[in-house]
Amino acid sequence: MGIEEKKLDDVYRDEYAFVLPDLVIKEAIAVIVASIGLLLWSMTVNAPLRSIADANKTENPAKAPWYFVGLQELLVYFDPWIAGVTVPTLIILGLMLIPYLDVSKSGVGTYRLRGRKAAASSFIFGFSMWIILILVGQFLRGPNWQFYWPWEDWSVAKSAEETLVNMSQWSGMGLLALYFGLGLTLPKLLYRKFLQKMGVARYVAAVTLVLLMYGVVVKIILRLAFNVRYILVTPWFNI
Amino acid sequence: MTMNRISEKVTKSQIWRSIFRHRFSDTSRNRVLTVVSNFFLHVHPPKVHRTGLRITHTFCLGGLTFYMFIVEVVTGVLLMFYYRPTVEYAYLDMRLLEHSVKFGVVMRNLHRWAAHAMVILVMMHMLRVFLTGSYKPPREFNWVVGVVLLVLTLLLSFTGYLLPWDQLSFWAITVGTRMGGATPFLGADGPFHSVLGIRPDNDVRYLLLGDTAVGENALLRFYVLHCIFLPLAATVLMLVHFWRIRKDGGISHPL
Repeated sequence: MGIEEKKLDDVYRDEYAFVLPDLVIKEAIAVIVASIGLLLWSMTVNAPLRSIADANKTENPAKAPWYFVGLQELLVYFDPWIAGVTVPTLIILGLMLIPYLDVSKSGVGTYRLRGRKAAASSFIFGFSMWIILILVGQFLRGPNWQFYWPWEDWSVAKSAEETLVNMSQWSGMGLLALYFGLGLTLPKLLYRKFLQKMGVARYVAAVTLVLLMYGVVVKIILRLAFNVRYILVTPWFNI
Repeated sequence: MTMNRISEKVTKSQIWRSIFRHRFSDTSRNRVLTVVSNFFLHVHPPKVHRTGLRITHTFCLGGLTFYMFIVEVVTGVLLMFYYRPTVEYAYLDMRLLEHSVKFGVVMRNLHRWAAHAMVILVMMHMLRVFLTGSYKPPREFNWVVGVVLLVLTLLLSFTGYLLPWDQLSFWAITVGTRMGGATPFLGADGPFHSVLGIRPDNDVRYLLLGDTAVGENALLRFYVLHCIFLPLAATVLMLVHFWRIRKDGGISHPL
């Protein structure tokens, strides 16, 4: 008995703890807390159920489920093939590629972000954008997807028509070339180690994805500040 | 005295010992055996690094996401007893659930809110895994599996959204799937659709809805995807995800 206790004491002091009870007890507590929270939520708030589906009676606004409302919000700024298909595809692809593009080995198992500023800032920026777009789409959009503050009355109609302009062919192409050209070369010039550490393929893939992400914001700003509808117009598609 | 006797009798019986193959006295050997010889506990290793035990390291986000999935399976199976996926009955069954099924409303609420909680938790889980650098070698592939699970979670939620067959669900799915029609090459409204001869009645949106608009076929397709295909796919990937955590060295900790 005495020996057994002593052994137990010894193993207690190392950096590994027994799953039973140390981890299992915490899991049990988490499950109990979550269950209580969920039950209280379910007993106080009812899931929405409106009138029966009617293809002839359009809801206005017709909103996607909240987790897709961010993409729907992008429809204000982009054509559906970008907002609804290309952007989500690139997000999924980009997320999957993160571990293969981020070559820094620092920061494993800790919240300290030292030594991974570029990766962390890009991810946090993208994540915040996701949340902000969802919040705007879910809470600040009213009939005809017009912007309404929470205290504004939806029954007061807002003027739907804004005059939007397209950028001319040359200025559009120039802007895109400048954006991606500068975007791909500047990081290399400013931080020489980037390209060295990552190799060409990783560098191009990572910088392109980050540029596309910031490009979404650039387009949003162009639209809000200068009423730009399309940066580039082609017979087949518009950007 | 008598309690001890009874408990001794029970724990020494053949039935008890056929289930539990070791004693429960508090020895390190038994602590290990309890985890290793229990099917449900053996997702865990016998011991874990203390970093992973700190609540602020994981906030239990991954585990709670899994717990929400279990809640969804349990309440979902119960709901299936009362729901028929046809245009004629779907909405009626939702109303009946409200009025003539005991705890029907709570059951549906649990299913709905746990689904929302699952989406939020899985997003937060991804954020915490990123911030703690837990996707870095050797855990790269498990991050990829996690991204697929995130997508499956969203699809599970999205397919379930149509099933109540009310105005909210009908128009949300109409808006959501309209975007599919804009897919380049493969959607009837997308750029370059004519290259492959894509029309509204043979594009990806048609594949998803079984029709050119949300209707009877879409309801059935979403129902089958929601109740069978997606949960099975998610289950398989979750097993891989949990298994890989162990194989890749457990919950991340500073070296």
